[in-house]
Amino acid sequence: MSEVIDGIAAQNDVSQRQPAERKLRRRSGAPLRFVHGLAGLGLIVLAWWIATDLLAAPDSLEARFAPQATFSSLFQLLSSSDLALHVAVSLKRILVGLVLALAIGVPVGLVVGLNKTVEAATSPAFQLLRMISPLSWMPIAVMVLGVGDYPIYFLLTFAAVWPILLNTAAGVRHLDPAWLTLSRSLCATPWENLIHVVIPGVVGHVLTGVRLAIGILWIVLVPCEMLGVSAGLGYMILDTRDRLAYSELMAMVIVIGLLGFLLDAAARALHSRWLPASSE
Amino acid sequence: MSTAHPILEAREIALGYGNAGPLITDFGLALNAGEIVTILGPSGIGKSSLIRVLAGLQQPNTGHVAVDGQVIRNVHPRVAIAFQNPGLLPWLNLERNVAFGLSFARQLRLSSAERRARTDAAIRKVGLDHARHRLPAELSGGMAQRAALARCLARQPKALLLDEPFGALDEITRADMQSLLLSVVREFRTATVLVTHDIDEALLLSDRIVLIGGAPARELAQWRIDHPQPRHDRLAELGRIRIEIVQALHAAIVRHH
Repeated sequence: MSEVIDGIAAQNDVSQRQPAERKLRRRSGAPLRFVHGLAGLGLIVLAWWIATDLLAAPDSLEARFAPQATFSSLFQLLSSSDLALHVAVSLKRILVGLVLALAIGVPVGLVVGLNKTVEAATSPAFQLLRMISPLSWMPIAVMVLGVGDYPIYFLLTFAAVWPILLNTAAGVRHLDPAWLTLSRSLCATPWENLIHVVIPGVVGHVLTGVRLAIGILWIVLVPCEMLGVSAGLGYMILDTRDRLAYSELMAMVIVIGLLGFLLDAAARALHSRWLPASSE
Repeated sequence: MSTAHPILEAREIALGYGNAGPLITDFGLALNAGEIVTILGPSGIGKSSLIRVLAGLQQPNTGHVAVDGQVIRNVHPRVAIAFQNPGLLPWLNLERNVAFGLSFARQLRLSSAERRARTDAAIRKVGLDHARHRLPAELSGGMAQRAALARCLARQPKALLLDEPFGALDEITRADMQSLLLSVVREFRTATVLVTHDIDEALLLSDRIVLIGGAPARELAQWRIDHPQPRHDRLAELGRIRIEIVQALHAAIVRHH
């Protein structure tokens, strides 16, 4: 466990320590990186086109997934208000899952990080629970919580809580001992120590956890929404399949990828914007 | 100005960890207001542990530490300690770092205006008025150490404990910090304990130098230095004491190994 955490934490430390250097390097290489990135995306579209257009027979099933049809469906989808509704529903679920995961993961992570006995007692249990795919709880969640948003919130929270909890605990363990000595020498009460040193000191690690959690949430969301709900991106995937609207299905796949890309970029921006101000 | 009690007094301190036998034994020290005492000794002898005991951060196995005649069992709001690592909180700007802890429940009750006045005075005293809104990452090593000193001063300490505070600074910054420390001690009449391994620093700053050594460590020798300050251009006059200290330190290191 601690290896995983230390790995994450070490990454975090490096990014905290040399932000100026990092920024400089990123800026000087930025235009070239952008061009390379675009070229990579172009190659994927090319491969897609070759597989579904050049290699597939004109009236085959594969041909229905071709880029041309997909993009025209995508534009139709983007101009309809329907898609916006489904996206909003999905994003709301992500937000609820993330907030619940924070509300549970940060306090529990603080306790685990501050108390060695609690850490020893919980560590194997957390490792075990963490490795269970959240989707395997799906039938149980539906049986207990019924059909609708609640089982989805449960599954998303269950998926997102681990990176937040474990990163918070790692953050506590990586607090600079000098800060703790300082707060002791200033006669801080345990509460003051928590509020003024421990919590601000772990913000960087919590944000690392949030970033990982957002990635996991987005991946778990779509299959979660394939179950007993009538809105959301996962629902749309099954709906397009059932309507045999294959180009729309492919367009939804692209929408999911794009939104996930944007979410991750937003999480990364939040992470790197917060850190120079708070933990540099 | 004479008080009935020394500002800071340590009596018959013994200190050890686990079953390893005592690290320090029978250590005593008494400081008056405005006095600077340097504790000098080979590395690894327990100087840092000793200063933590004086600060109340650690309890001795036997003996006690008293501030103003009152035995302390824990940290004391008017005993300030600073380390080689300035320990500034990276998410607070310099001003907030200096004010840090002033509003804690176990500190003396101060109005926010008083806290502000103390913070301002401390920042001005260490000459960082221009940098008060900067974050620690934007400060040089010397500036960070000044900020740490200002944080001590804002508490108006009776005793100031410094554990190798200038160890990581370059020669010029260090000389700068030394004269700042002298001026602070003279102005506020703080009883000051300095732990260092730098003999010249000890000679420049101290009223008394206490050499500790041996196993377990105890006081081996003590020198009183009455030369007026500043002493930067008088180091030659202190040559005789310097040789004595070097020889005693050598003997202590031999005995230690």
